[in-house]
Amino acid sequence: MKPPALRNPFAAKPLPEQPDIEAAALRSDRFRLEREGEWRRLERIVSRMERGRIRGLPDEDIADLPVLYRQAASSLAVARETSLDAATLAFLEDLVERAWYQVYGPRNGLFRWLGGFFRGGWSRAVRAIWLDIVLAFAAMAAGVAAGWLLVARNVEWYFTLVPGAMAGGRVPGASRADLAETLGVADSAGGLSAFAAYLFYNNASVCILAFALGFAFGVPTLLLLIYNMAMLGAMAWLFNSVGLLPEFMAWLSVHGTTEFAAILLAGAAGVHVGRNMAFPGEASILAATAQAGRRAALVMLGCVFMLIVAAILEAFPRQLAGFETRVLIGVFMLIAWVALFALVGRRGSAETAS
Amino acid sequence: MTAIARHMDAKRRREVVTPEGVPLSITLATRGSRLMALVLDYCIIFLTVLIVTVSLIFIGINLEQLDSLDGGGGEFLLVLFFIAMFVLLNGYFIFFEMGPRGATPGKRMVGIRVAARPRGELARSGERLTAEAVIARNLLRQIEIFLPLSFFSSAGEGGAGSAWIVGSLWFATFMLFPFFNRDALRAGDVVAGTWVVEAPRRKLADVLSLASDESKRGVTDYRFGDEELSIYGEYELQQLERVLRDGDDKTLDAVHKAIVRKIGWQAGSGDERAFLEAFYTALRAKLEGDMRLGQRKADKHTQAQR
Repeated sequence: MKPPALRNPFAAKPLPEQPDIEAAALRSDRFRLEREGEWRRLERIVSRMERGRIRGLPDEDIADLPVLYRQAASSLAVARETSLDAATLAFLEDLVERAWYQVYGPRNGLFRWLGGFFRGGWSRAVRAIWLDIVLAFAAMAAGVAAGWLLVARNVEWYFTLVPGAMAGGRVPGASRADLAETLGVADSAGGLSAFAAYLFYNNASVCILAFALGFAFGVPTLLLLIYNMAMLGAMAWLFNSVGLLPEFMAWLSVHGTTEFAAILLAGAAGVHVGRNMAFPGEASILAATAQAGRRAALVMLGCVFMLIVAAILEAFPRQLAGFETRVLIGVFMLIAWVALFALVGRRGSAETAS
Repeated sequence: MTAIARHMDAKRRREVVTPEGVPLSITLATRGSRLMALVLDYCIIFLTVLIVTVSLIFIGINLEQLDSLDGGGGEFLLVLFFIAMFVLLNGYFIFFEMGPRGATPGKRMVGIRVAARPRGELARSGERLTAEAVIARNLLRQIEIFLPLSFFSSAGEGGAGSAWIVGSLWFATFMLFPFFNRDALRAGDVVAGTWVVEAPRRKLADVLSLASDESKRGVTDYRFGDEELSIYGEYELQQLERVLRDGDDKTLDAVHKAIVRKIGWQAGSGDERAFLEAFYTALRAKLEGDMRLGQRKADKHTQAQR
């Protein structure tokens, strides 16, 4: 295979090299026959890349790909002005489009991309939406306060805020011993997986809903965060009323630090999309939404990962470990997440964040 | 009929300019083919889950019994199983659309792929399809399809009618979303900045003017005058090209008769193909020559335009 040479398509007609080209009656067909070898080589390279066999390609093919692509693109531009051969034009259009997808396609496969994601892309995306995180955090804090205050004023609110499935035996009027039992160390892990599955499902729904409702300009997202945190506030008030608040916090913190961080990030992602739809700046709404959506999607992917971690923590250590261990795990997870978001990928390129 | 089909095709055509400045015409996928691809993909996922579950039972792991095992080991496996299912359901689309083809197996079977929607001032400059875009468009799938399903299941438990209504409305909103915008975008496409287009895969056909040289050898040498060649335009040339490539004898015959009548020759027979190839070559030479001088003639009804 001869190396492809850059050729000026507007230069005088080169001397025909093969009898084949001589035989063609039309100038446009001669144009095509002269370049056909390069087109076919490009097609072969692109087909192999599409089949995912990029490793089997010789180095020179990969090195020549951009050149061949540009040549095919310029052939297409010339052919459009000089040729009426519909079949060749159609082939060239498709070839250039296919090559374009390969030359300008996703650079890495999923797994390599995930590596970059955990080594900094995620943290950068989280840092990029810091303002929305502040907003979402304010909504959550307001929710906890509202739940506490509402129940403190009128106990009936408790039954409105906390649905039966979540409450279990944790209702106002239950004795201190009963409440302590709900926080107790289980004898075995029996039946816990169902509970973990339920909670994972519940948390995932809340997260996704918080993100999805961002498309209504973020307002329902904030309301959802307030409502969900009001539930927490109400429960906290209940345990405080019998003097079990530290135990409750410890019980919750095992998985809660991870889980509430995930809900916070999902809410922030929703607010981010909503905020950019409401205030697109100089870009069009569609463009602003798309850009915010891509950034928020990174954060959401991380949320899914956090929820999986939270489900595993929820299923086992929470019910099996004692008071100190619970606090230790919870605080450790919190520090780990904050460190991840604040410190990782600071010096890395913005390749995955943009 | 063909005019309507041509019009529908033109409605799905979009122009994208590559970074090199070459305009490419891209055809959007039809909504029907996208639905078909979605159904195929879910069939594949469902079959995978089924096969894994059945083979687990074959090697002696029954998911129902796992729960009742002592010591928590079984439960841990069960949780792992659920997480694996969750990852499969979401990772399938992301994994395949991030690959070099930009398409899940279902999309490949239907012949469509995901591409980045052009942005920029004129909304034409082509963009790179990024991993973030693929993830964003697929996370939205959860909201479009699975969230309303969860409404339905909660309605089933509680028997509340309102959950059904909310779920159906939600489902309908997102399913009908592609019908209310020009580019057939679903919500995930809007958020991610992507669209779904037909995957290009046309092959290079043979050179027609060469073939005509060979079949012409030893037969009459047709010569056409300027008068005869200035009747038809580019549209007729393309139709003739298609007829010649299809090579159907009856059509060749009919086209031959029509052209001979139009240019006022005497109809011969037995030599239709050679005549048409010669006419095609001569007509193309004429039209391409005019084109280089800046004159184009779209079809037989229009005058050549400068």
